[in-house]
Amino acid sequence: MSTEEKIRAFILENYLFTDDQSELKNDDSFLDQGILDSTGILEIIFFIEDEFKIKIKDEEMIPDNLDSVDKIVAFVHRKED
Amino acid sequence: MKESMDIQRPQRLLHEGLFQSAKLYPKKTAIAAEGKATSYAEFEEMVRNLAGYLQEQGIERGDRCVIFMDNTLACAVSIYAILATGAVFVIVNPQTKQDKLAYILADCGASALISDVHLQRVFDPLIAKTATLKCILVSGDISCHEDLNIISFEAASQTAADALHLAAIQKDLSALIYTSGSTGDPKGVMHTHLSMTFALGSLIEYLRLSVEDKILLVLPLAFDYGLYQLLMSVQLGATLVMERSFTYPAIIFQRIREHEVTVFPGVPTIFSLLISMNRREPFTFPSITRVTNTAATLPAHQIPVLKEIFPQALIYKMYGLTECKRVCYLEPELIDVKLSSVGKAIPGTEVFILNKQGEPAKPGEIGMLYVRGTHIMLGYWNAPERTDKVLVDSALPGEKLLCTGDWFKMDEDGDLYFQGRSDDIIKTRGEKVSPVEVENVVASVTGVREVAVVGVEDEILGEAIKCFVAPEQGVELTVKDVRKACVEKLENFMVPKYFEFVGSLPKTNTGKISKKGLS
Repeated sequence: MSTEEKIRAFILENYLFTDDQSELKNDDSFLDQGILDSTGILEIIFFIEDEFKIKIKDEEMIPDNLDSVDKIVAFVHRKED
Repeated sequence: MKESMDIQRPQRLLHEGLFQSAKLYPKKTAIAAEGKATSYAEFEEMVRNLAGYLQEQGIERGDRCVIFMDNTLACAVSIYAILATGAVFVIVNPQTKQDKLAYILADCGASALISDVHLQRVFDPLIAKTATLKCILVSGDISCHEDLNIISFEAASQTAADALHLAAIQKDLSALIYTSGSTGDPKGVMHTHLSMTFALGSLIEYLRLSVEDKILLVLPLAFDYGLYQLLMSVQLGATLVMERSFTYPAIIFQRIREHEVTVFPGVPTIFSLLISMNRREPFTFPSITRVTNTAATLPAHQIPVLKEIFPQALIYKMYGLTECKRVCYLEPELIDVKLSSVGKAIPGTEVFILNKQGEPAKPGEIGMLYVRGTHIMLGYWNAPERTDKVLVDSALPGEKLLCTGDWFKMDEDGDLYFQGRSDDIIKTRGEKVSPVEVENVVASVTGVREVAVVGVEDEILGEAIKCFVAPEQGVELTVKDVRKACVEKLENFMVPKYFEFVGSLPKTNTGKISKKGLS
């Protein structure tokens, strides 16, 4: 699976409880759509750290890096470089 | 004789606090949100413009105006503008799904709806069904919107409008705050200008707040605990540092440091998150001098860690319910002495405990907690029978007391200890959840024969929601199907964390589902 597919699968499975791919657009804001709340963000952080073997600093936990599938993919790629 | 301008006029209405602060501190930042600082003068101007606009649209004294918005400047402006027209604000959590929003719009007979463009998917289909609406305002870019009845919030709040001639008195309703009820349908808690200004004064007093404070708001404005951070800040002429949520903690940390925030109001879920982040990478916030907690018990073992994170802060443990805003608080100096107490009644109010015989409980004896004071609600909107269950006669003819529905005991010093609820309402992430409301949604899923929802202990959430499902025989039903229905119909915090499929549920001898023993 590509980075994008892995992230989509995680969000769909854990927050939208579906495998219907049409329910999540890659630029949907997790905040605007009410997909994520405060208990969700650490779960995503742990998932990304574990799955992609990267370490996320506290100051990187910002919407620019994490608030949509597109943003997470770009962030993971930057961290992997 | 003195000029009339010099006469000290008492504050009667909630929004007068804003006009006073705007007069005293016009250039000071009232709200820092969305990367922008708004001064008291600017805030007041938007409020007056919007109030004038709402009046032009026919909004009158006593009309219920629903605000369905995220924590934004627009939301804060809407609250005060509605008050300034003499109308009643009804603030609804932006996570609310369509069916429940429809219920609230109908129940309160909404005259206005103010919302955000990103919530359009939820409210759009309800506009045509809500015949009572006189005006719909939407904040954000609505240029692509085809419905001509929708007006831009930004345009309405920026167009100069006529001065107001306001006839409202302290006994008028100021807000309806919907809260979960044990029967499943939410109830609109009616507060007046009097009950709210009274509660404000009492809170400001014991929290030792001043005009110098910078108060952080990450809790939803639709939650009275969040709402009062705005009200207290504006009343004092202090600064509110507002974020939409605690979802991205790094943003909150930045704001605290950049604004030198002094007051940090949180709930146990937020404190648990802070503590787990602190474990990854330690941090401290020395600017913060007061930390407050309510909605659920702060575990005693977390307090030493919180003291490391907030080395200069007084930590307040509090307890309350929407029906009277807040009941009691523990003096922060006693936090290490009275580990599990929530202290005494807030200033200007009284509480007492009655045992099962209806007599005053002795120290250490468990009984029902009753509250007396000006902060008590007027009742539940449109629900006199439900009101009569919680507002009961006092010894003083004509006066009503609030029955909290919670069991408490008191020590020799008069400090209170929470012992449990008398109904089966679940408290999760600091929010009240009615098991019936969740059960109704699960029961509507095809293939579900029986359902029971209970709260189970949870380190981070306080209580987690657990749902037992007995499927119909021969039906293929998965956890995914049930959970999906919950996500579609319920606010996130109401979606059960655990599901368990069982053959059948235990029953009482009258055939009702018995929740005893389910966990």
